[in-house]
Amino acid sequence: MTTSTGGPLIAMDQVNKHFGPLHVLRDVDLNVDRGEVVVVIGPSGSGKSTLCRSINRLEPIDSGEIRFDGTPLPAEGRALARLRSEVGMVFQSFNLFAHKTVLENVTLGPVKVRKEKTAVVRERAMDLLERVGIANQADKLPAQLSGGQQQRAAIARALAMQPKAMLFDEPTSALDPEMVGEVLDVMTGLAADGMTMIVVTHEMGFARHAANRVIFMADGQLVEQAPPAEFFANPRTERARDFLSKVLTH
Amino acid sequence: MNTFLHTLTDNGELFWRGFKTTIELFLISAIGSLVLGTLLAAARVSPVPILRAVGMTYVQVLRNTPLTLIFAFLVFAGPKLDIGLEYFPSACVALIAYTSAFICEVVRAGVNTVSPGQAEAARALGMTFPQVTGQIVLPQAFRSIVPPLMSVLIAMLKNTTIAAGFSVVEAGAIPQYMSERGENQFATLIWIVIGFLLLIAPLVTLQRTLERKWGVAR
Repeated sequence: MTTSTGGPLIAMDQVNKHFGPLHVLRDVDLNVDRGEVVVVIGPSGSGKSTLCRSINRLEPIDSGEIRFDGTPLPAEGRALARLRSEVGMVFQSFNLFAHKTVLENVTLGPVKVRKEKTAVVRERAMDLLERVGIANQADKLPAQLSGGQQQRAAIARALAMQPKAMLFDEPTSALDPEMVGEVLDVMTGLAADGMTMIVVTHEMGFARHAANRVIFMADGQLVEQAPPAEFFANPRTERARDFLSKVLTH
Repeated sequence: MNTFLHTLTDNGELFWRGFKTTIELFLISAIGSLVLGTLLAAARVSPVPILRAVGMTYVQVLRNTPLTLIFAFLVFAGPKLDIGLEYFPSACVALIAYTSAFICEVVRAGVNTVSPGQAEAARALGMTFPQVTGQIVLPQAFRSIVPPLMSVLIAMLKNTTIAAGFSVVEAGAIPQYMSERGENQFATLIWIVIGFLLLIAPLVTLQRTLERKWGVAR
């Protein structure tokens, strides 16, 4: 793995994106440092997921620039594939490969993309499954696992590529309430280990205790950003206060 | 009943030669059209516009042309264009060209049953388009298209009889030879039907086995 410049790991500069008439990202500027955990919150339709997905170009942007580790995102082809292999991604709907076992899900990337030796990858994959607490499920198919187990397997799959950063796109939104904790525990552990993370979530508890910075998004703009203690105690904008009053009263 | 049995036993060599050719035609054309059809399907879902256009044009032309015309083109027009293929290879090419258009559409329908999240997760890992297609999308697509795929292959098995009209001595050519030998036409046709039912049986078994094996994977 290459370590380069001391600048931010992820740098977005004046990024704009439309879905038809909908202006979903408006002049977004965002820098994320190495080891930083950024939690993005905001009402649905505010562009949080699009922001997250634009960083590994699952959503191409209309204008502006995104740099990862000092290099502008390649538009397509092998260069883009290489960049994506350095950015782990965890989806709301898990998206584990349905026809592969949990262990195969975790080993596939390193073996096919990085051309690593199967035996070496297998060992690392089992360690990761151990770490997320589902080593005993390694030979099952995803459909045989609970939602929480599937999402932990998906995190292990992303980590197997030894990424420089991890993107979480509402990782707990599709989970039954009793399974949210087990996934957040894994993510908290990851944050504590110094992983650079961007987390789109509605879990305010996680934002409070694991984030270095909370970003509040609305209508495609980064409306407010602050360390969690400051943000939750003293939101500066009316919109953020309004949003927090809705999500924190339950 | 005796006449019926003798129709087969007295002409066993002819029946054997005919059905052996049918099986050869079928196996070569089945493999060929599965490979070509899958490649065409991959082209039709690829991010490259020119590949999509080529795939679509191929399907439009070949699927809408009567199979007899494709045979006729290869056998009669082919030599004039200096494509001097023998009758048997011509028949294989005709069957593959025609059937692959149908297989392409079946495979493409299968691709559409795979949730977009599967391909997205694969791309997020850094897989290239061929890897995403070959490792993730197609293996899952095939699981959902076993029944229609088998229907296309069974239709192709029966379509092999068109080759009889173009000088290939397969099962469909047997009645003509039998008539020259003065054999009972009705008994001949019944035996040919039985032959086809026997050939199709393994395909049906294969379909059941695959459906059972892959049924749990979702």
